[in-house]
Amino acid sequence: MELGSEAAGERAGATSALLEALRAGDESAFLHLVNRHQASMIRVATLYVGSRAAAEEVVQEAWVGVLKGLHLFEGRSSLKSWIFRILVNTAKARGIREARSVPLSSLASGDEDEAAVPAERFQEHGVWTGHWSQPPSEWSDDQVASAELVALAREGIEQLPPAQREVMTLRDVEGWEAHDVCELLEVSEANQRVLLHRARSKVRAYVEERLGKEVRP
Amino acid sequence: MTSAPPHLTCQHLVELVTEYLEGKLSHGDRSRLEQHLCFCDSCVKYLEQMRQVLRATGRLTEESITPEAQEKLLDVFRKWKAGGA
Repeated sequence: MELGSEAAGERAGATSALLEALRAGDESAFLHLVNRHQASMIRVATLYVGSRAAAEEVVQEAWVGVLKGLHLFEGRSSLKSWIFRILVNTAKARGIREARSVPLSSLASGDEDEAAVPAERFQEHGVWTGHWSQPPSEWSDDQVASAELVALAREGIEQLPPAQREVMTLRDVEGWEAHDVCELLEVSEANQRVLLHRARSKVRAYVEERLGKEVRP
Repeated sequence: MTSAPPHLTCQHLVELVTEYLEGKLSHGDRSRLEQHLCFCDSCVKYLEQMRQVLRATGRLTEESITPEAQEKLLDVFRKWKAGGA
């Protein structure tokens, strides 16, 4: 017997038990679901609406949608994907009202020529063309271990264009698999990877720039 | 014999980092990238910094739900249960 399918079967079993408890009005089942997803839902909602407070409202509205639609959930996607789909739709509707929404077309287009590292940091002539002329700066062990690096990474992500911010938040903050991100955002694997690449490159560059400023007297 | 594949420049390598970390490079590209890392300390540093940034972003999730938020949601649930949501 394959371990993978056994685990999947177990998960499916756990999900249907959870659904049954929810439909029966079991509060602890609901709290279990809330505790598992709430923090993540707020971070995802924040991608679409302006403030933390608005995000919390969106999440609450999404939970109402989840409960109302519970009898319609057929288990074709995972419960988690289904909940986040409702959340994103709710958040987008709210974002449109607040004129802050991201048209889906902007997900894949624009900034095609962006380099991970600006061309001027590489040699432009001679046998070493394309090799570093200004290599990555040194980060001390203290800097790497500090809460500051975490804070800088957060700032870096906040400054990304919306589509890149969505992908990097889901992949690298929330720890989602590429496949789940593609499903939620309705983008191809290749597009997802391009967005992730640009996002990660920019966040590293941002951290480098900020740490560099600090080292110099 | 085929001629040796063109070597990878640092400028090219930084564009392959995500595909490398995602395990999406072709076998040939992966070997070239790893060979490059054997002699280029700067690219090793670049890749290491990328990993450090990713470890840091993974630490942004340390946060739990407040009792007030939990209470609000329980309210939502009770209303739904009562058929009024």
